[in-house]
Amino acid sequence: MFDRLQTLLAQWVHADVATVLVILVQAMMVIVPLLLAVAYLTYAERKVIGYMQVRLGPNRVGYAGLLQPIADALKLVMKEVIIPSQSNVYLFLIAPVLAIAPAIAVWAVVPFDDGMVIADINAGLLYILAISSIGVYGIVIAGWASNSKYAFLGALRSSAQKVSYEIAMGFALVTVIMTAGSMNLTDIVMGQQGGMLSWYWIPLLPMFVVYFISGVAETNRAPFDVAEGESEIVAGFHVDYSGMTFAVFFLAEYAMMILISFLTAIMFMGGWLSPFEGIPGLETLFSFVPGLAWLALKVFILLFVFLWFRATFPRYRYDQIMRLGWKILIPLTILWVFVVGSMAYFKVAPWFVHGGIA
Amino acid sequence: MIKALKFQLKTWTLWELFQGMALTLKYFFKPKITVLYPEEKTPMSPRFRGKHALRRYDNGEERCIACKLCEAVCPANAITIESEARDDGSRRTTVYDIDLFKCIYCGFCEEACPVDAIVETRTFEYTFEPGDIHVMSKDMLLAFGDKMETQIAADRAADAKYR
Repeated sequence: MFDRLQTLLAQWVHADVATVLVILVQAMMVIVPLLLAVAYLTYAERKVIGYMQVRLGPNRVGYAGLLQPIADALKLVMKEVIIPSQSNVYLFLIAPVLAIAPAIAVWAVVPFDDGMVIADINAGLLYILAISSIGVYGIVIAGWASNSKYAFLGALRSSAQKVSYEIAMGFALVTVIMTAGSMNLTDIVMGQQGGMLSWYWIPLLPMFVVYFISGVAETNRAPFDVAEGESEIVAGFHVDYSGMTFAVFFLAEYAMMILISFLTAIMFMGGWLSPFEGIPGLETLFSFVPGLAWLALKVFILLFVFLWFRATFPRYRYDQIMRLGWKILIPLTILWVFVVGSMAYFKVAPWFVHGGIA
Repeated sequence: MIKALKFQLKTWTLWELFQGMALTLKYFFKPKITVLYPEEKTPMSPRFRGKHALRRYDNGEERCIACKLCEAVCPANAITIESEARDDGSRRTTVYDIDLFKCIYCGFCEEACPVDAIVETRTFEYTFEPGDIHVMSKDMLLAFGDKMETQIAADRAADAKYR
């Protein structure tokens, strides 16, 4: 489809320009739905938490409040961007960009369906780990550039938490790589073919949970949201941000949330594969459903779990967060690397028969 | 030993976390208690204490006899009364002001009143913008009482057996 677009464009402009244009179109096709998804994730969040607290949530703007995120976005756009007088203006304004850029850039390697990926690179998982780590710079710089002790302490808490949980997350991904024998996300999904039971969540069950918990901590979401802690401290590293600069941080956080859900679905829940694969009857009955719909469904469920967590669990204390990350999740992941290693050595069916490191 | 084992099992299966999530999921599907306020309203007691009104007798004579008990009992000093003898010799108020900014809606004036003249109605949806008159004069109170008389009388009747 994009090849045809490129040849069509090449008739009008230089071939290299056509390539850039095609890439831009592809990027827009990911970013625009992503930003819309972020907007409606905030709506879903307010609705879900509202429903769990036996109230209705937003229902005034548009039918059932469906225009609420648009009204919110409009409000934030129209608000003044206040720049603290003692702040470092350049860094102050570059920080939100540093926060959102990686949150959008990671989507380049995320496959939405078989072959539906912008850059099908072999080190996809490595790329995701590397790029999403850069998001911490946005936080550190935002906290520092605000020239406020509250923002600075918030930045320290937030970045320390992110860096800590990245280790557990990385080890959880190591087990996925060991199982799939590849860092290419498409290959990882393809290695899970054969129905719900051959998805990686069974051999990697503790890692599935660890990865998701780390993902929640990584995105500074409840119950690990001490960095924001709206009922205790105000907002952490982005206290001094207002209007659109604040909205960009907000966007980055929610985009990362969606990304974590996508990665969990891709690596542990079979990505775009149908859960009914290999079940006679059901498989043919649901064969018309496109892979993208299955992936969207899985991501939807995981995002719901994100919101469900927030409605259920009280906030952890900061030392409890660190204890969970360093003393429980990291040893557990290291242990499971050995378990996966032995499972791969003995070629445990059906997960380790094709691919795998052994 | 068994206890420690049970504890570890509970910890590592995240048992209590799942219990908590089951609870919130249960509430997710429960009917919602939200009242969509301007369209729906919660039931209101006949004893509701809202904006004030002065009542009249059926023959049109104002009830208030300027005894000033309400003025005396008012904890916020919101009521100002001045009185004179009327031409027929009966004592009546010339000024009866209630400052709605001072009023705390305690209902003491209504309880103190020996002739059920000053009452508090169910009306609570009113606002003042800068420059609006927030002191209800005698005329305003009487006019409001005339307007609300059916409701006021019904509320007093409903509450009478508990008094």
